[in-house]
Parts: sequence; structure tokens; C-alpha cells
Amino acid sequence: MNEYCLFCHQPLHSRLSWRALIFPQRESPLCEDCRARLEKIEPPVCQKCCRPLAKLDPAYVQGDICLDCAKWEKDPEWAGVLEENISIYAYNNFCKEVFTHFKFRGDYILAAIFADGIRQASASCDFDLIVPVPLSAERLSERLFNQAEALARAAGLTPTPLLRRTHTEKQSKKTRRERIRQSQFFHVEKTAPIEGRTILLIDDIYTTGSTVHHAARALREAGAEKVYSLTAARG
Amino acid sequence: MSLNLPAFSEELQHHLFGRKLLKSEIPFSPELLEMHKKHGWIHYEQGIRGEFPNCICLRCGNQEAHLFAVFPCAHCGKSSVYCRNCLMMGRVTSCRPLVSWTGPEPAFHPPAQPLQWEGMLSEGQQAASKAVMDAVLKKKEMLVWAVCGAGKTEILFNGIEAAIKNGGRVCIATPRTDVVLELAPRFRRVFPDISIAALYGGSPDRYKWAQLVLSTTHQLYRFKAAFDTMIVDEVDAFPYTYDETLQRAVKKAAKESCAHIYLTATPNETWQRECRKGLRPFVTIPARYHRRPLPVPEMKWAGNWRKAFEKGRLPRPVEAWVKHRLDVGKQTLLFLPNIRLMKIAEPLFKKLHPDIESVHAEDPERKEKVGRMRAGKTPVLLTTTILERGVTFPNIDVAVVGAEDAIFTEAALVQMAGRAGRSADFPTGVVTFFHYGRSQAMVKAQRHISAMNEEARKRGLIDE
Repeated sequence: MNEYCLFCHQPLHSRLSWRALIFPQRESPLCEDCRARLEKIEPPVCQKCCRPLAKLDPAYVQGDICLDCAKWEKDPEWAGVLEENISIYAYNNFCKEVFTHFKFRGDYILAAIFADGIRQASASCDFDLIVPVPLSAERLSERLFNQAEALARAAGLTPTPLLRRTHTEKQSKKTRRERIRQSQFFHVEKTAPIEGRTILLIDDIYTTGSTVHHAARALREAGAEKVYSLTAARG
Repeated sequence: MSLNLPAFSEELQHHLFGRKLLKSEIPFSPELLEMHKKHGWIHYEQGIRGEFPNCICLRCGNQEAHLFAVFPCAHCGKSSVYCRNCLMMGRVTSCRPLVSWTGPEPAFHPPAQPLQWEGMLSEGQQAASKAVMDAVLKKKEMLVWAVCGAGKTEILFNGIEAAIKNGGRVCIATPRTDVVLELAPRFRRVFPDISIAALYGGSPDRYKWAQLVLSTTHQLYRFKAAFDTMIVDEVDAFPYTYDETLQRAVKKAAKESCAHIYLTATPNETWQRECRKGLRPFVTIPARYHRRPLPVPEMKWAGNWRKAFEKGRLPRPVEAWVKHRLDVGKQTLLFLPNIRLMKIAEPLFKKLHPDIESVHAEDPERKEKVGRMRAGKTPVLLTTTILERGVTFPNIDVAVVGAEDAIFTEAALVQMAGRAGRSADFPTGVVTFFHYGRSQAMVKAQRHISAMNEEARKRGLIDE
């Protein structure tokens, strides 16, 4: 049981009630205030990338997918590379703050905030292997852990690290065009047994979708049958 | 005989002396560090001691189980413990060392006249300045209990000069970054030949060697046995009072023999009691530098103000009070107990004047709004306790609506009242506590302010 909110460190007041005694709930690691600031992604969403469509200009929607996904699917190089992306939370200011602490300051345990969501989302998915999107060796030696792997482990999943990543500039420093146009920066371990398998990629944030598309492509080219992706947040 | 011994690196000495740093904060070659280690000039220690979750962080002193966590470390391939309390300054882990300097202290040759200041101290300031100087020279503890607007900064000048002349290192710590940013240029002007570092999150001076260090209390986590004089500003302010590790950081940053000067307008009850009983050495400055008495708060019944707001109307006495100020064109700072109430109240106040604004801690426009208030464009600024200290608007009246709410402690009320009548051009102002049954804290705050005025009159520090 947590006595303090995992994020803001305020003491948690757990309410004693008959209801809580009879239907014990999983304790959230966050206080009520912090929990309220997390924004779950609700339908309607883009059927491919999970982008919320409610506030999106209709000009950016084509049928049940968003214009960005329509572009990915129109490009013969990328069509069908990624089956579907599932994201759990909107990348709002609070979520951004959480990720700053989690990734950049290295507060590993904050992965627990997303554990329930990731566990539930992965349960609704049929896959053979969970593969975390890797960091380059350079970035890993800086951060000392891979946030995607941390998210999977916090949710009680067993990730299989099959991908390697060449060091490039941070994704967050590039434009959308640069991200999509860049050459492949992932490759699959030669011995990886993925022929005909369905893979669930796991990552922290889906922004332009460039990272998961490149990762999915590397996996597909190495023989994977289908690739899905799951991210904690959707930018 | 020692002629053949290699010398230590003075750069490394300046970088490390009086500090505890992570290896990633030390931009020197591994060979150089190894050489210094061999000679005993630097010391390595494990960043975190003990078994999870019963550990202690050797940098910030954190011992709270919930502020430690374990992660699979890519550096050592094992599970490492890290401290969550001081994470914002770089992660301290159980598998990486903290480095400190154990060689000789850097030499310092003080200039003949470090202080270049022409200003004059008021009578009240002079007495306090003397007491500070005395504490600095004798390495004693001293509380300076000075009313809001007394001019606390100037009374430090002579004491700091004395410390520097003795070759001592001085630190002024404050809970807030704004204060560091405001003080740095003032101290650079009056101590032009002294190296001064301003430390706060993201400061470029982070590893600079300096004789005089202005720092947020958080940044002191990186120091150890560094200072001969330690001055703590606003000792009663959040987060310093609530966070034991910050108090420990201040102790750790001081040398074993060190003068401790504490500054505040509102010492907590324990300290006030210790002062009265003669257990704590202190000096008061009961009057402002402009020699006019502090505005004493008046109490005004506002009925069930909470219910009024929730029903969508302003409490009548508050409405009348604000309208009067709008009519005569007097700017007003109006405090409310929490953000939720402020959000309900804001549209109601806006009906009286469209330029009325509100501000709170997480307001992204906080700076701009305070700027507009300062420029005289906002007739009434609604605020939470966030503006209770540190800000000066030249000519305002102050209202606290719901003054009996538990959030308003004696200290908070004294500080809020202290926003009125600060400038020499407009030394008066009205302070009104609107309430639905007065609280202990309100009575104490009123008594506190009256007692200061009384003392000032007795000591002849007020012209009336």
C-alpha cells in the first residue's frame, strides 16, 4: 500500500468504507488531484493511431482514420507496416511533467502510474511477443534504463528486447518531415525468432508515429507477421 | 623532501572544495581523479548507504522509505537504489560514488575594502547590523526579526564584509529562486571585487568557485562543510520549514564552526517563545526604514462569505469595500483562501470592473499579471497566499476575505498585511480582514503588528 502519492508526494488519505471492504480496489499510486489531471483517451479515436477525433478539425479526418494515418497508408513504402496503435493517456501538461521526471530525471518508479492502463490495453490485444522500443547504447548509458522496458515491466509484462537502435539526434529535436524521412535507425537481432509472429511494440509516447513505424518496419522485414504498438501517451 | 610530489589541480580543488558531487558533475579526466584519489586529496563514498528501503542518501540526507526506489541499472547490470528526494539535481544511486575534496582549502586573499556601499542604515537597521557583525565574528547563532519592509538586506553588508576580511566564505540561502535573482545584482554592486555565485535550478554558476554564494536552499544539497557564515532568509517560509532535508542541507553546508544568521518577519511560535524566554539570541527591527508605523489590520464581519460566493454574489461588506477603492482609484490586493473559491469569485468581482484579475501558483501568466498590477493597470488583483511575501506594489490596500480560514496562519496574515504601505512615497495603507468569526491566528497577527509598532515607538524608530 502506498502512503504517499507517487508523483506529488502528498500523503494519501484512503477512505474507509463498506464498499472498499467488500470490493477491494487496486490502490492507485496517485492522489486524487494528480489522478484527475491524467486524461484518458476516449473514443472517438482514429482507428489506426488512437488520436482523439472529437476536437480535431474534420478536414483532418478521413472516414475513421486521421489524415496523418491516411498519409502513412497511402505511401506504398509504409502501408500496412503497422496494424494499429493503442495509446492510453493524452500527452497533456501533466503527462508531460510526469514524463520529464520519469525519462529525463530518471525516476524509474513513475512507470507504475501507467501500469494498470498498459496491463488492461495489452490484455485486449492478441500477440506473441512484447518488444520494447530501444534506446541507443549512448542514450542508455546516459539514462541507465529504457523507459519503454520500464513501462512493460511495471505492468507485469515480460518484454523481449529484440531491437537495436543506432544513435541519432533526439526525436523531440526533429521536425515531423525529418522524422519520417530519416533512414532506418532500427535493426533486429539476427537470432531473433520472429518469423510469422505477431508483435506488440511498446513505447512511451506516440507523436508523429515515426519511431513505431520505423521499428515496425524493421520487425516486418525480419519476418514478423503483424506489428501492433502500445504507448502510454499520445502526443 | 616533498619537492618531487606532484601538485594537486587547483581547478579541481575549486570545483570540488566544500561540495559533494556526482562523477557526472566533474568534468575532469579519470586519470586526474585517480591521481588525486591516490594522494588523498579527494574522497569517494557510496551515494546511498543501507538496504532498501532503509537507506540514507549521502547527498541530501533523505531517509524516507517512500523517497527511495529501485531500478535495473544498465551501468552495473544489477538493481540499484536511487534517491527520489534530490533527483532534480542528478540521480544519486547506490552504484555510483559521490566525490568530495579532502585536500587543503583554496587560498583566498581578501581585498582591503570588500564593501563599496555609500548608503545609510536607519537607527533600527544599525542595531541589527551590529548584532549580525558580532555573531559573524564570534561564529554564533542570531535571529533577525525584522518587520516586512525593514530593509533586511542592507543590515547584512557589514557582517558579510567582516567575514570576508577574515578570509571566510559566506552563503545566503533563501527558499525562493526569485529572491536569489533579485539579490545577486545588488550584492555584485556592493562587493565588486568579490567572486559571487548565484545558485538556483539551471543556474550557469552551478560549479563556480565563489567567496559569497547566494543560493536556494535546494542547491545546498550539493555542499558539505563549505561556509564560515550561513545566512538563511525567510526561515519560516515554505518549503524550508516543511522539508527536514532542506534544514539538514543548511547544516551540512556549514563548517563545524560557523555563524548562523536567520532572517524573518514572522518567526514560528516555538522561536517566538524561545526569544521571549531568552533561549534564542535575537535582534528586532520593529519599524520600516521609512519610519512610519505598520498598518494595523482592522477586522470586519463579512457574514457567511463562503455561502455568498457559492450563491453567486459578493459578500456585501466586501463589495462595498472594493467599490469604494474603485471609486477613489486605489489599487487593491485581495487574498482568498484557495483557488477554487477564487475561480468562483473572479467573475463576480469582474462585474465591478472588467480589468480585475486573479493569480495563483500554477497560473502560466503569473509573471505578466503581477507585472500589470505593478504597472498600475489592474485595479484589484485577486490572489491566493502565493503573493503573501516577497512582492512590493507601491501604493495599495490589502483585504483578506475569509481571514479565519485555517490556511491563513499568523505568519501568513502578518506577511499579507505587510504588503501595504511599503514604499516611502506611500507609507500608509488599509489592511482589512473580512471574516465570519475571528480566529486565533487573526488576533495574534493583529497583536503581533501592534506590538512591533509599540516597540518601535518606545525605541524612537517612528516619526508620527
